[in-house]
Amino acid sequence: MASVSIETARTETGDKRSKPSRLAPNYWPFVVPALIVIGAVIVFPWVFTLWMSVNSWTLGQAQTFAGLDNYIRLATDFRFWESLWHTLIFTVLAVVAPLFLGTLAALIFDAQFPGRGFLRGVFVMPMMATPVAIALVWTMMFHPQLGVLNYLLSLVGIGPQEWIYNRYSVIPSLVLVETWQWTPLIMLIVLGGLAALPREPYESAEIDGANAWQKFRYLTLPMIAPFLMIGVIIRSIDAIKSFDIIYAMTQGGPGTASETINIYLYNTAFSYYDIGYGSAMAVVFFVIIIALSFALMMVRARANWSDMETR
Amino acid sequence: MEHGLVERPLNKRPLVRRKTLDRIGLLFAALVMVSPVVLFFLWMISLSLKYEIDNGAYPPILIPENFAWSNYVQVFRENNFFLYFWNSVLVTGAATLLALIIGVPAGYGIARLKAERAAIVIMIARMTPGLSFLIPLFLLFQWLNLLGTLWPQIIIHLVVTVPIVVWIMIGYFETTPMELEEAASIDGATPWQVFRLVALPIAKPGIVVAFILALIFSWNNFVFGIVLASRTTRTLPVAVYNMLSFEQVSWGPLAAAALIVTLPVLVLTLFAQKQIVAGLTAGAVKGG
Repeated sequence: MASVSIETARTETGDKRSKPSRLAPNYWPFVVPALIVIGAVIVFPWVFTLWMSVNSWTLGQAQTFAGLDNYIRLATDFRFWESLWHTLIFTVLAVVAPLFLGTLAALIFDAQFPGRGFLRGVFVMPMMATPVAIALVWTMMFHPQLGVLNYLLSLVGIGPQEWIYNRYSVIPSLVLVETWQWTPLIMLIVLGGLAALPREPYESAEIDGANAWQKFRYLTLPMIAPFLMIGVIIRSIDAIKSFDIIYAMTQGGPGTASETINIYLYNTAFSYYDIGYGSAMAVVFFVIIIALSFALMMVRARANWSDMETR
Repeated sequence: MEHGLVERPLNKRPLVRRKTLDRIGLLFAALVMVSPVVLFFLWMISLSLKYEIDNGAYPPILIPENFAWSNYVQVFRENNFFLYFWNSVLVTGAATLLALIIGVPAGYGIARLKAERAAIVIMIARMTPGLSFLIPLFLLFQWLNLLGTLWPQIIIHLVVTVPIVVWIMIGYFETTPMELEEAASIDGATPWQVFRLVALPIAKPGIVVAFILALIFSWNNFVFGIVLASRTTRTLPVAVYNMLSFEQVSWGPLAAAALIVTLPVLVLTLFAQKQIVAGLTAGAVKGG
C-alpha cells in the first residue's frame, strides 16, 4: 500500500510542480547537513573499506598494499565458504517460516473478533524487543537439562533435544528465535495488503459458492502477492545480516556450526584484528546483499509488469 | 439459484449463530498465534523473580513460593546498571535528537527535490551490514582518540537513526499537500519559513513515528557497542551480554537484567502501537 500510494503521489506532485518551476524554491540547504553526516558515517566507511580490502593490515602492524590477495585468499578459504552455506540455510529458513506464519497471522488479525487490537499489540512486541535480551532468555529456555522447552516437549512425549548445543540443530534453533521475533513484521506488511483488498470479487465468489480455501487461493493470494514479495525482500535483507541473536546465543558455535558470514566477519576483524581481510569479506558480503536485493526487486518488478498486462 | 432463494431466509438465524461461532473461532486462533509471545514473556518474568533453587527445579516452576526481588537489586547494585542505563539514555537520546534535527529537513528537501538518488543512498545504507561501517569508523575513532568516551557510539548510532528518520520523512512529506506551501512562497515566505511554519506543523505525526522508531532501534543496538564500548561507556544491551560472559551464570539476575533492558521498549511499543504499526508498514516497506 505504502509504495503504491507514494508512487502515485510522486507523479501527481510532479505534474503539479512542473508549472510554477520558475519560482521553485531552493531546497538544497535542507539536505546539505544530512549529506555531510551521511557522507561521514556511511559513504566514507564504504570507500575506506574498499581501500582497506586491497591492503594487508593486522591491527598493531604496518599495513602494506596487497592488491587482490585478500580476495584470492577469500576464494580459497574453506571457513568462508562454510559460513556462506550457513548463511544461505539460515536465511532461507528465516524467510520462509515467518512468511508462512506471518501470512496466517495477518489473515486472522484482518478479521473482526473481540480483543483484536490488544492481541495484535501483544503480537508485535517481539519485533521491538531488544534482541540481546531476548537471546539470553532463549538460551536459558534451550538449556538441555534445565530448559523449559525440553520440559514442554516431554509433556507431549518427545525426548530432550540439544537445541543450540548440537551442530545439527543449532541453525534451526536460531531460526526458531528469529521466526518468533520477526513473524510480526510479515504480519504487518500483509495486513496492509489485506486492508486494501476490494470487496466485490469476494461477494461474487460467495454467490458462486466458493469455499474459504478457494477464496484464499484464487482471490486473496494473487492480490496480496506483491506484499508477500515486499516481505520476502525485507526479511531476506535482515536475515542475511542477522547478528545479535546468533552472536549472543552461540557466537557461531558449537565449533563453527552456526558461523554465518557476519559472525565470521566480526571474528576476523575484531577477534583476530585482521582488518584488511575482514574488509575484503565485508565488500564481498555487501555485494552479495546488493545482488540479492536487486534480484528480488527484479522478480517483483516483473510480477507487477505481468500483473499490468493481464489487466 | 431458485433453490438458494428459497433457502436463504430460512438460514438467517443459523447464519447469525454461525457468525458468533466464527468470531469465537477467530479469537481462539488469535490466542494460539499470540501464545508463544505471551508464554515467552511470562517465562522471562518468572525466571527473573526466582531464586536459583527454583530456577533449577525440575519440573520447572512458573510461580515460585518466594519471589526473589533481590535479583533486581543485585543487578543494579553489583553490575553498575544505573551507569549503563544512563549511558543508553545519553547515546540513544543524542543519536535520535541529532537524527531528527538533521533528518527531518533532509526528508523535506529530498521529497521536494524528488532527489531519487539521495533516496537510493539511504536505501543502500539500510541494506549494508552494520559491521562494514564498524571497521572503518572504529579505526577513525581510534585515530581521533575518542575511544573511551560516549562520542563514538553516539556518532555511529547515527548510521541507524538518520536513515530511519530521513526515509520516513521523505514518505511523509511526499503525501502532504503542496498548495499551502506554494501559496506561502507566492506571498513572499522564504523556503525556511515555508518549512518552519507550513510544512513542519503538518508533519508532526510523521515526526512522532520517526522519533519512536529511531529511538527503539538505537536503544536495541548491540553490535556497535560490543566493539566501541569500554567498561564505563557500555550501553544496556552490551552490559547484559557482558553479565553472561563474566559471571558464573545465575539465571535470576540475568533474566532480571534482560527484562530491565527491554522493558522501556516494550512499554513504548504497547503505548505507541498505532505509530509503530504505521511507521513499520510505511517505513519498513520502504526499507526503514
